[in-house]
Order: sequence, then C-alpha cells, then structure tokens
Amino acid sequence: MRWFWIDRFVEFESGSHATAVKNVTLAEEHLHDHIPGFPVMPGSLILEGMAQAGGILLGEKSGFSEIVILAKVPQVTFHSWACPGDTLTYAVKLRDVRPEGGVVECTAHVGERLVAEAEILFNHLDKSKAAGSAALDQKNFVFSMGLLGVLEVGRAGDGAPASP
Amino acid sequence: MPTSNEIYEKVREILVDALGADESECTMDATLMGDLGAESIDFLDIVFRLEKAFNVKIPRGELFPDNFAAADPTLTKDGSLTPAGIAELRKRLPHADVDKFAKDPKVENIQDLFTVGMIVKFMETKLAAGT
Repeated sequence: MRWFWIDRFVEFESGSHATAVKNVTLAEEHLHDHIPGFPVMPGSLILEGMAQAGGILLGEKSGFSEIVILAKVPQVTFHSWACPGDTLTYAVKLRDVRPEGGVVECTAHVGERLVAEAEILFNHLDKSKAAGSAALDQKNFVFSMGLLGVLEVGRAGDGAPASP
Repeated sequence: MPTSNEIYEKVREILVDALGADESECTMDATLMGDLGAESIDFLDIVFRLEKAFNVKIPRGELFPDNFAAADPTLTKDGSLTPAGIAELRKRLPHADVDKFAKDPKVENIQDLFTVGMIVKFMETKLAAGT
C-alpha cells in the first residue's frame, strides 16, 4: 500500500487554497480493521489526507524548497463519517505563512455533509539541523513515495487536463 | 493601545487555545514549558496566534530566540551562560526577567525565562512601539 491519502487535486490556487478528493473504497484494508462490521474511513486517515493536501499547498508556495513537516494539530473535530462509495472532498486554505512554517485550515465533506474540520500547523524544518541527513531530503521525506505525483493525476502527458 | 490587563487576557486566551492549559494556570509567573506543558513546536503556534490576535508582525527569533546557547560557543561554559552569554541574553530578550535567571544561569534554565508575563511584556513593548 502506498501512503497516498488524496487521489487528486480538483482545484489549486497557489499560495491560497486547494481542493482535493479521496474516494473511499471497500477494497481498502483499513476499512475492515478499524471498526469490524462497520467499514468507515478512520478519522486519523481523513486528518492525514487533509494534512497531505495542506502540506502540498504550503510546500508549493515556496516551490518545494522548504522541508515541510506536520508539527501540530491544534484543533480537529469529527462531525460524521465516510463509508465505501463516498467521495471525501478536502478543502484546504493557507491561513498564515512565515519563514518558520504555516497554518492551514481544512474541512472534509461528503457532498454537502461536513465530516471533519481541522487546523494544522506545519513547520519548515531547519535545514542546518537537517544537514547531513539524506533521509530529510524534501523529495524522499515529506512528500515521500512520489506524493507530489498527485499533482499530475488526471493530466495527460502534455500537462493538459485529461478529459474523460 | 490596550491596557496591560487587556493584553494579559488576550495572551491567556491564546495559551488556553494553543496549549490546552487551564485559564487559572496561566498566571503571569507561570513558565510555558515547566508549568503549562508547552513543547518547542508550540512556540510557533503561539507566535502565529499572537500575530493574528494583535495584528502585528513578529520577526523570527524576536519573542523566542532560536537555539540561543548553541549559536556561539563563547556564550556558554560548563553548562552555564558566561557573563557574555548573559549580556547577549539581555540584549536579545529585553522582555524577559534575566536578573532572576542570572542567579543560576544554567543553560537548561533558559526555558524558565519564557513565562506568561514575558509574552505580556513583549506585546506591551511591541504595541507601544506601533510595529
């Protein structure tokens, strides 16, 4: 399994806001293990999806030159749940950015129904501290396993949106 | 220009939100790390909240210095700040109670400078200067 908790961006306004979707399917193992007999998307993974969308939004603002790490979730509320067949829509908004990091406000909806909302604080890792640690390279750390490839999902080879 | 008490009330509200601290714990003397359970990452959260609540810009390192003791080896000796280190600390943190710290200037005690009162004093100075 790959650590992708968003399937595709459907909107991306650099430095401002973005919307990503995650389709929940019954084929996902964690749905069966989370609450046996009641397959729902675990809240922690909904939060991870919002963090991936928000982290990419923040990282993209600096052209992915900063090492972005999830530092803290000061506030998260789960209002509802998402079942197989649901499409989770994650709306993320960059509220504040400064040299040390940024704050993102996120919501997760299924249709009109609010599933979760959160505020996520990201830190720009101090590069002097990270020096010498190959593991902390942006490409293989925060956006590991090709997560940035999600920006290309739904695009044809020439970068244009692939029409159905 | 808000009064000292108004600033304190706003700072207290921020600390309750950022640290999950109880309002009654947030006295002026309470230390952020020792008494209120803050971790280093909470400092960034606090700075974001102060900027928003008071509509000011707080440059990096102005309120909470980064790696103060590690930055220059002449500032410390045998785990304590040297007189030069204490002088530098006064310069960098004019809003902190360095006199109290100077009585036992161990590096590990630097975190005790970060009190609720220190943030209130910092914000008072900042708002008075209009920056």
